[in-house]
Amino acid sequence: MAEKILIKGNEAIAIAAIHCGCDGYFGYPITPQSEVMETLMKEKPWETTGMVVLQAESETSSINMVYGGACCGKKVMTSSSSPGVSLMAEGLSYLAGAELPCLVVNVMRGGPGLGTIQPSQGDYFQATKGGGHGDYRMYVLAPASGQDMYDFVDKAFEVAFKYRIPAMILADGVIGQMMEKVEFRPMKPRRTEEEVKAQCDAWATVGKGAHRGGNTITSLALDPEVQERHNIHLQAKYKEMEENEVLYETYRAEDAEHLIVAFGCMSRICQNTVDEARERGIKMGLIRPITLFPFPKKEIDAFVPQLKTMMSVELNAGQMVEDIRQIANGRVPVYFYGRQGGIIPSPEEVLEAYLKHI
Amino acid sequence: MDIKDIIKPENKVYGRTPVLKENVMHYCPGCSHGTVHKLVAEVIEEMGIQDKTIGISPVGCSVFAYNYLDIDWQQAAHGRAPALATATKRLNPDKYVFTYQGDGDLASIGCAEIMHACSRGENIVVIFINNAIYGMTGGQMAPTTLLGMVTATTPYGRDPKLNGFPLKITELIAQLEGTCYVTRQSVQNPASARKAKKAIRKAFENSAMGKGTSFVEIVGTCNSGWKMTPVKANKWMEENMFPFYPLGDMKDR
Amino acid sequence: MALKGAIVVDNERCKGCGVCVANCPTNTIALAQEVNGKGYNYAYMANPDSCTGCTNCATVCPDAVITVYRVKI
Repeated sequence: MAEKILIKGNEAIAIAAIHCGCDGYFGYPITPQSEVMETLMKEKPWETTGMVVLQAESETSSINMVYGGACCGKKVMTSSSSPGVSLMAEGLSYLAGAELPCLVVNVMRGGPGLGTIQPSQGDYFQATKGGGHGDYRMYVLAPASGQDMYDFVDKAFEVAFKYRIPAMILADGVIGQMMEKVEFRPMKPRRTEEEVKAQCDAWATVGKGAHRGGNTITSLALDPEVQERHNIHLQAKYKEMEENEVLYETYRAEDAEHLIVAFGCMSRICQNTVDEARERGIKMGLIRPITLFPFPKKEIDAFVPQLKTMMSVELNAGQMVEDIRQIANGRVPVYFYGRQGGIIPSPEEVLEAYLKHI
Repeated sequence: MDIKDIIKPENKVYGRTPVLKENVMHYCPGCSHGTVHKLVAEVIEEMGIQDKTIGISPVGCSVFAYNYLDIDWQQAAHGRAPALATATKRLNPDKYVFTYQGDGDLASIGCAEIMHACSRGENIVVIFINNAIYGMTGGQMAPTTLLGMVTATTPYGRDPKLNGFPLKITELIAQLEGTCYVTRQSVQNPASARKAKKAIRKAFENSAMGKGTSFVEIVGTCNSGWKMTPVKANKWMEENMFPFYPLGDMKDR
Repeated sequence: MALKGAIVVDNERCKGCGVCVANCPTNTIALAQEVNGKGYNYAYMANPDSCTGCTNCATVCPDAVITVYRVKI
């Protein structure tokens, strides 16, 4: 039986980074995720695995440190919360343009602006539709538990390197701050210099050898033909991810006539909503997108014929609901329920809201 | 003696370093960037560190530095090169890591990154080209533009009331504990170019010794931006830039 | 003992900036009347006899187009 430790979601991110052979973490303090860097500093992984941990002077700098580390083929990451991620938007666009793998954790808080330090899911658009400039996507995972926080670090790096794409764990303040039992996985050692070179020499700045000319990592192409080819290549990559990398789960959805769609902490709360509805004889179910990009379009689409209604439940003013309405395409009504400003609705509150439409 | 008898491989005393790629540089005729690129390339060749050097290019005219030096390159977002260099060096302590930045990149938009990289004493080399103007975007005012200097955004000359004062960022950098070597050089004549090369070499050697950040400013010309011939620009630089940006070592320890 | 030098300019890469001309201590170099493919008046040895192979021109050349040769006679 593997070890189970009671820790915060943010701490789980830090421990997972050490356990999965992460090479470097660069961050800047911001509530509600400061425990990530605090835990790493306390754990001193540079003395054990050799992982570099550095407090940067800003989120702008930390994302660009991530860019530098990613250029070298290293497994590098940062974490922040909404206002900090906005500062990182430029860097994320460059990372996507230059096709660099990395991990960014966003433990969302309410906005806009400095907003609140309470939980939110208001950065769904920013995470899944861009945030930075230009046409790009990130691999976006939405954890719903401390265990997810732990497991998704390794998963995010795996997909980030497979597609050479920035990955984001889009958590909310609830998941970051909540203490839960987390089961640790066996330690993965950091890759040796030789292993990094073997894996990334074709593109990374690992030092030019006699066997090749210098590698250049850039997102710049002045020639429009070159830029268009590059954009088409990026889009093909995203398409491939939509085919192969979708993750989701369902709860009592097999015979559902009314389907809740919720991610992150809301997906757990809505399980209770479904149970309550079922007790009242209403055929309700839940689908939880685990990857927000790629979004489980086909999987939600497959449910539509059996449904009478759908409702998206989010901690924002209605963002994911737009994607769901596109999938439903008028075949069933798609409703929305959300709270903002850091308020978390109860299962009963969600059910009451849904019952108004049923 | 016939010239043909002189021009023989065994008599060659100066030639193009193989660290420079064959690409023709996109810089304007007489641009200091070319000379500095060449000096950096020569230092890399002489130290035998071509396979261990990672360059970080900025945004600005020298964004394309990666087309000219045959080493591994990272192209940074505007002003962020020192952040890239920080991570690159910390994750690869055996590599030589240098940033190559202009005055807009380093002294304006990238002020925070350069200050903190130098303050942390990252074991990197910073090559800072100060030609007192934004070259790439068409000759606008830079933080280092001299008072009275005419640029595209100071068409009546830089007025401190309107545009603030020129920034002596290298003097500020020299105050930071993390820097071990801070110097200001130029490349407009053979003596200055040879001195600048020595400074660049020292900077690379410092980084191998783990002494902290080495910062080499090169006061250069932008003859297109200044609207002068290359030779006249060099003279103008000596007469106008050097009194405000005096050459020499500010710190060497 | 005297030093005798010669330079070879890569005409097609030379941009005719004239910095080498201004820095030649023996007035060996000048810009050609002819232009290269890019339209530049490239540098050339106008007075080959006076070249000492001091390398000043190549040291200041921003485009690294000058190769210098030198013999002792």
